[in-house]
Amino acid sequence: MTHAPIALVNARLIDPAAGTDARGGVFLEDGVIRDVGAHVTPSQAGSRTTVVDCGGDVVCPGLIDMRVFVGEPGAEYRETLASASAAAAAGGVTTIVAMPDTNPPIDDPAVLDFLMRRARDTAKVRVLASAALTKGLRGQEIAEYGLLSEAGAVAFTDGFHSIRNSQVMRRAMIYARDFDALVMPYAEDSDLAGAGVMNEGEFASRLGLGGIPREAEAIALDRDMRLVAIARGRYHAALVSTSMSLDIIARAKAAGLGVTCGASINNLTLNENDIGHYRTFFKLAPPLRGEADRRAMVEALASGLLDVVVSDHNPQDVDNKRLPFGEAENGAIGVETLLAAGLRLTHSGDVALPRLLAAMTIRPAEILRLPQGRLAKGAPADVIRFDPDEPFVVEAARLRSRSKNTPFEDARLQGRVKLTLVAGEIVHAYS
Amino acid sequence: MTENVPASPLFSQKHLLGIEGMSRADIEALLDMAEAAAPLSRQVNKKKDTLRGRTQINLFFEASTRTQASFELAGKRLGADVMNMSVANSSVKKGETLIDTAATLNAMRPDIIIVRHHQSGAVDLLARKVDCSVVNAGDGSHEHPTQALLDALTIRRRKGRVEGLTVAICGDVLHSRVARSNMILLSTLGARVRVVAPSTLLPSGVDNLGVEVFRDFRKGLEGADIVMMLRLQLERMSGAFVPSLREYARFHGLDEEKLKLAKPDALVMHPGPINRGVEIDSAVADGPRSLINEQVEMGVAVRMAVLESLSRHLPNN
Repeated sequence: MTHAPIALVNARLIDPAAGTDARGGVFLEDGVIRDVGAHVTPSQAGSRTTVVDCGGDVVCPGLIDMRVFVGEPGAEYRETLASASAAAAAGGVTTIVAMPDTNPPIDDPAVLDFLMRRARDTAKVRVLASAALTKGLRGQEIAEYGLLSEAGAVAFTDGFHSIRNSQVMRRAMIYARDFDALVMPYAEDSDLAGAGVMNEGEFASRLGLGGIPREAEAIALDRDMRLVAIARGRYHAALVSTSMSLDIIARAKAAGLGVTCGASINNLTLNENDIGHYRTFFKLAPPLRGEADRRAMVEALASGLLDVVVSDHNPQDVDNKRLPFGEAENGAIGVETLLAAGLRLTHSGDVALPRLLAAMTIRPAEILRLPQGRLAKGAPADVIRFDPDEPFVVEAARLRSRSKNTPFEDARLQGRVKLTLVAGEIVHAYS
Repeated sequence: MTENVPASPLFSQKHLLGIEGMSRADIEALLDMAEAAAPLSRQVNKKKDTLRGRTQINLFFEASTRTQASFELAGKRLGADVMNMSVANSSVKKGETLIDTAATLNAMRPDIIIVRHHQSGAVDLLARKVDCSVVNAGDGSHEHPTQALLDALTIRRRKGRVEGLTVAICGDVLHSRVARSNMILLSTLGARVRVVAPSTLLPSGVDNLGVEVFRDFRKGLEGADIVMMLRLQLERMSGAFVPSLREYARFHGLDEEKLKLAKPDALVMHPGPINRGVEIDSAVADGPRSLINEQVEMGVAVRMAVLESLSRHLPNN
């Protein structure tokens, strides 16, 4: 890979890893960040170097999205690695972690190897794979964490399947610890969630829809924390959505357990009222909660208790969504709108911009043990430029994902990604 | 062994139910007796008359090839009448309880009963209900004392000692009675005992059992004098404790390449039967450093020593 060196100058450099937010530039060459700081200026660049004057836009590490469902293999009509990565690049996401809920599921090193090769050949951004926590995502038998780790799996999860059997979960955790592997479950007591389709409460009752109590998440998470205390492994709660869950995570962290947590951008920026009149694009897992829970989630993001923000990108075609609410599939696309939706929280003054970016860059990098996610000399040249204030209206038809199930259709967002570079190569440029 | 060597007075139990509670002197006396008994099996005339007229019943509630044959030969070589009771054809299949079976057999006035049972503690229970001597040939995941004795004898004959050696016991420690008996016996004799297994196959609290614990197979092998592999039961291979046979073989199977991590003169043991290509590669199992067949030979000698030493306490005198 030999691209011309690129210098991004006259930028507001934000590097959450270093805690810096200052004027300057970055110099990218041979796929890595060669230099960064106030001293990187046009006059310093050589004649081969492409110089980009950022005009005061933010330049920061490319985003790392820890939860993206891609359709390959098996559901290419909903999304491919090519379309998902194009959406990611347009949204400033330079690394995605693909979920194993595919067909066949990623529970075998050969399938994982297939995914990595397809990604290498067709994806614009870095694609990392998570692999199944249990064979076939069935929650019965632990998967081959050793062989799958060697094949490149960065985390183990059953996607949006939760593990019901506590013995299986315990064995999964202690076996994963032997390989120092990251366990990243979706915590929900599936029996308690039952046939619920949205957050339990007054609003669900008015709509006549079955409710999923907040306790369904809390009970599963509480159980898992007790098992982590036995297993002493690395545990990342893929998605939390309530203040109850945040309390459990806070206690586990205070007890010194190796626990981190993530949340969907949807649970941070939307609430159950957005479902309105049975709008299925807002049917999600975990469900959109009440405003009090959303506020608690935002506060946890601001304080750092919430480590990671993900898009929970889940492409569903109209056949799966244009159904009665109770029958529609869960999920929303989001990788392309992740940053702009997140900027709602900075514009509202609830979360500082560097803190928001930390939850999308350095924290995922630390949890996944990746070298990217920081603006450091020698780090991979995964860098984005965006104007945090530029307004736009989301038009679903123009989103790059093959599926158009965005909950932000017609939403007015601020924050335009103008340039996305992966390994020093421009993969998206807005003009 | 000649007539003028008496059964060791140091080993004065009526039963052999486990290694736990045996003193170092007891163990060494038994090993000495077994050492002396070993040459007998290589002679044309393999018979002695220590147990002439005595009745030995082998009561095996679990399938066994080598242990049952070994006890049968040991009894016969000492002159006993040996009866093998196969549970498959017995009243146990008709629903008879363990204690009723014990009472029935006891009424036939045997002198020694050798018992294997799938439940931990079952042999102990049976021993309390009969008048004769009882030898534990393996109870559940608890103990298999004659296996540990024969392993120690094999090590002692090949290495000249047990004390100070580093012995790595590798594999399904959780379910292994061989591992439990060996951990106790080899520690008692002064060996440095390691257990090496994936966390899912280690018993809870193993760190407090007086052994070093390794979850990384390669690290556990480093510097070992003896690599003792355990059998992985087939029903434990597919997802419950380890995800698959191929992953187990890859990370916890002994092959020639991994054996290089142990000492250059390290020896390899396995209580059998082996799963070729799972916990042990054929090249290692059949190689020059394998003691697997010698273990079987020493098994007969050790069981003769056990039967002889118990003969001093037999009933019907």
